[in-house]
Amino acid sequence: MTTSSQENDWAAWMRAAMTGDAGAYRQLLVSLAPHVRVVARSRCRRLGAPEGEVEDLVQEVLLTIHLKRGTWDQSRPIGPWVAAIARNKLIDVLRRRRHITVPIEDLVNSLQAEDLTPELSTRDIDTLLGHLKPQQREIVRSISLNGSSIRETADRLQMTEGAVRVTLHRALKALAVFYRSSGRED
Amino acid sequence: MKTDDLIELLVKDLAPWRFRSILAGAVAGGIIIAAILFFVGIGFRPDISEAVKSNRFLFKFVVTVSLAVTAIWVTLSVGRPGGSLAHRGLALAIAPALLVCAAVVELLVLPESQWMPRLVGHNARFCLTLIPLLSIGPLACLLAALREGAPSSPGLAGAVAGLGASGIAATFYAANCTDDSALFVITWYPIATLIVTTAGYLIGRKLLRW
Repeated sequence: MTTSSQENDWAAWMRAAMTGDAGAYRQLLVSLAPHVRVVARSRCRRLGAPEGEVEDLVQEVLLTIHLKRGTWDQSRPIGPWVAAIARNKLIDVLRRRRHITVPIEDLVNSLQAEDLTPELSTRDIDTLLGHLKPQQREIVRSISLNGSSIRETADRLQMTEGAVRVTLHRALKALAVFYRSSGRED
Repeated sequence: MKTDDLIELLVKDLAPWRFRSILAGAVAGGIIIAAILFFVGIGFRPDISEAVKSNRFLFKFVVTVSLAVTAIWVTLSVGRPGGSLAHRGLALAIAPALLVCAAVVELLVLPESQWMPRLVGHNARFCLTLIPLLSIGPLACLLAALREGAPSSPGLAGAVAGLGASGIAATFYAANCTDDSALFVITWYPIATLIVTTAGYLIGRKLLRW
C-alpha cells in the first residue's frame, strides 16, 4: 500500500495522537486520505460504481479508522491495519452493489466525471447528516463547516465543553451506523 | 461535506483509548458477574476443604483457567482488523492437550471397571446447564468489548469469545462439581463449551460487523 518511510510517519503520528496530540492526528488523516482514495477509486471503477461514490467511501474509511483507532496494536506495523479496515469497507461496497446492474449511462458518466473535484462527497454524508438528532447536527455543522472549536461551539450553544464532546462522539458513531444501514438498503 | 471538513471533525473527537484496556475491563466484569451468580446460586461443593487436597480436583482448574486465559489472549488478536487464528490460534490447543494428557493418565491408573462410572459421573446434567448459564455474563461482556474492536471475521471472534466465556464459567462450575475425574471432564465440559462457543459464533456473526 505504501513505502515503509510513509508507514513510519503514520505510526509515529498515530502514537502521538494516542497521547492526545491533535496536530499529529490531523497530519495522519490528511496523509492517509489520498492513499485510501487511490484504492477506493480503483475499486469503484472495477465495480462500475459512479465516481461520486469514491469520496463517500474515502470518508467512510476515515471515519472507521477514527472510531477503531484503539484497535491498532502499537507493536505491529500500521500499514496492514489501515489496509484491513479499508478492505472491510470496500467489501461492504461490493456487497451493496452485488445485486445492482449498472446502466450504461452510469458507466459513461463515471468516465466523464473523472475531472470533478475529488474532495466533495456527493451524497452520503450530507444525506446522513439529516438523520442525526438536531443537536448532533448543529454541533457537526458548527465544527466541520464553520470550523469552530469545541469551546466556541459550547459557548454559542450554551453547553459545557464536555457535553459538546460527548454529543460529537455520539454523532460520529451514529454516522458510522447510518453508513452501514444505508448500504444495506441500496 | 468535504473530506477535510470531516477530518477536522475527527480531530476534534480525539480521545485516547485502547482495545486492550476495554477487553481487560470486559474480562473483569464477566468474572464478577459469574462470581456473583456462583456464590448466590450454587456455591462451593460441601467437601471443599477436603477437595483442595486432591490433585484431580485441582487439575480441573489447570484446564479451565488455561482455556480462559488462552481464549481471551486470542480474542485480543481476532478482535483487531486483519486478525486471524494464524497469529495466535495455536494457543487454543493448550487446554485440550492438557485435558487429553490427564485423561490418558486416568485410563492408566484406574481399573477398567471404573472407567464408565467415572465418565458418566453424577452431575452431567448440571455441567451441561450451569456452565452455559454461568457463561452468559462473561460472554455478554466480551461481545460488548468486541463491538468496540474491529474483527475481520465477526463469527470467529464471537466463537473465540465463547471459548473464553466458557473457560471463566467452567472455572467457577468446577469448584461446585464433585466429579473430578478427567474422564468426566473430557466428556461433558467440551459439550458445554461447544454450546457457548456456538452461541458466541451465531451472535458474533450478527452483532460484530462494523
